[in-house]
Amino acid sequence: MSDVVHHESSENRPAPAPIPHELRRTDIDARAARRAERQVATMFALSALFAVLFVVSFVGIDPEFEMGLPVIGTTRPLNIAMGVCMGLSILLIGTGAIHWARKLMPDVEVVEERHDFASSDEDKARLAETFGAGVEDSGFVKRPIIRRTLLGAMALFPIPLVVMLRDLGHDPDPAGSLKRTMWRSGMRLVTDSTHEPIKADAIPVGNLINAIPDGLVELEEEEGNLNERAKAVIIVVRIDPADIVSQQGGTAEEPWDYNGVLAYSKVCTHVGCPISLYEQRTHHLLCPCHQSTFDLADSGRVVFGPAVRRMPQLAISVDSEGYLIARGDFAEPIGPSFWEIAQ
Amino acid sequence: MRFTAALRRNRLAAPLVMVAALVATGAAYAAIDSSTSAVQAAVTTETSVTQGKMLFAEGCSSCHGLNAEGTTDGPSLIGVGAAAVDFQVSSGRMPMATQGIQAPRKESIYSEEEIAALAAWVASLAPGPAIPTDEDINTAGANLAEGGEAFRVNCAQCHNFAGQGGALTGGKYAPNLNKATARQIYEAMLTGPQNMPIFSDETLPKEQKRAIIAYIEEMRNGANPGGLDLGKYGPVTEGLFAWTAGFLLLIVAAVWIGVKAK
Repeated sequence: MSDVVHHESSENRPAPAPIPHELRRTDIDARAARRAERQVATMFALSALFAVLFVVSFVGIDPEFEMGLPVIGTTRPLNIAMGVCMGLSILLIGTGAIHWARKLMPDVEVVEERHDFASSDEDKARLAETFGAGVEDSGFVKRPIIRRTLLGAMALFPIPLVVMLRDLGHDPDPAGSLKRTMWRSGMRLVTDSTHEPIKADAIPVGNLINAIPDGLVELEEEEGNLNERAKAVIIVVRIDPADIVSQQGGTAEEPWDYNGVLAYSKVCTHVGCPISLYEQRTHHLLCPCHQSTFDLADSGRVVFGPAVRRMPQLAISVDSEGYLIARGDFAEPIGPSFWEIAQ
Repeated sequence: MRFTAALRRNRLAAPLVMVAALVATGAAYAAIDSSTSAVQAAVTTETSVTQGKMLFAEGCSSCHGLNAEGTTDGPSLIGVGAAAVDFQVSSGRMPMATQGIQAPRKESIYSEEEIAALAAWVASLAPGPAIPTDEDINTAGANLAEGGEAFRVNCAQCHNFAGQGGALTGGKYAPNLNKATARQIYEAMLTGPQNMPIFSDETLPKEQKRAIIAYIEEMRNGANPGGLDLGKYGPVTEGLFAWTAGFLLLIVAAVWIGVKAK
């Protein structure tokens, strides 16, 4: 152990009196010291044993084997054995080291002297002299035109960096991919669980369907990512047309719904959680992440929570066979807001 | 007295108290783990519409009206079908004990025959979803993996990934599915009780409903390969446990390292 003692600088606070050192039993009694030695060695040996037991259980216990254990219930002993063995193997190295330090390593307090922070006057004077000679030799004072052009160059060189960095954040979406999804006019809606097209007349009032565009699954396999899914997922609900207060678009002849069947984006406009916590009697859609709540019977407007943009609606219709189809892409960007969107 | 005083002064006392607190915390979490197996009741097919009408007049009409036409206290039941009646009454949600934001599950006060009679009478008013047959809810050979996927797409957003339920808006909640029978789960999907949306057979086929039921029952009765499930609430209880137990362990270790050896 080391202790810092103040010498000159602590005039108003005297150095604390050293604590009298007490000898431990292991310092006096050789038998106690030997016992502590054995204890430390036992912990290290047990650690090694548990490392071996880990391998033994990993090889020896059938991964599918299940048995009932108190408190936990039916579980797989392999997982328990691996966790306990590895945990104890690491822990016992630590406890052994601490026990060793507490009982056997020297515990006398040691004073470590520390030199002053300030340089000596002699060193300071020599530095000033060297610096002065350098200024003189370089001609920094004698040749003002060099001095002034250098200062000017130093003042201006950060400007290209600032201009470049400013432009980095100017348009986060040059390709417009945040504003488009794969929905196209005439594209069928299919359920997200069976990938079957949806017969509009088979949907009862109060129904909820998690849906995706027809062809998304094939596109996902082709692209090897979920980017299009993340933007195109929708929920389809049927609300009694008498309960629908407003929609985000459409005319009396060509409404955005189909007999009360409405399609909305499934991506929260706050920070983009997928949401389908739909309450069929209140027509509210709740986001479990931050409790933003949207009223699907009233243009998906925000009724509660941190979201500031309404939930975008997808205009839908039916094809000649009566299956739900999209009438185009979303009219406004889906998902969380970014810089170009005015709320 | 001298014994307890000596015990208090013992240098092991503080660490021991912390270990005891740690064990108590663990035991408390263990107690959270609850799973009750529900008893599947037999369906009665012999029903009496007239008996149902009488029972309805006695127990339901004060809110739903004498002819189930609905009042300011309760919605119309015309066209809700036998499945809705069987779900609401067999799960004890109806009749409600008090008017409230949501009817909680409780012991049903009606017998199997009485529920069947009530359902038959309401079904006789207008066509609606029928009570699922034993074949509909037979989970033998159902695809568990497919059921899990369908559950996560359609149900988990409200009922949690393991069917433990969760909060909705304004004090409403999606109940846990621990006590729901296979028939009740099917009926709930079919009829959309309270604020739950409907998942009709056309948009969520019978086969998938059976797989979902099989998945829910597996989550309820299956093993916990990873050990203590802490109520299957995910990061909430697991995080709380890790923080509390972890901090206690760290404090015990810090005390042990910091106390000067004698």
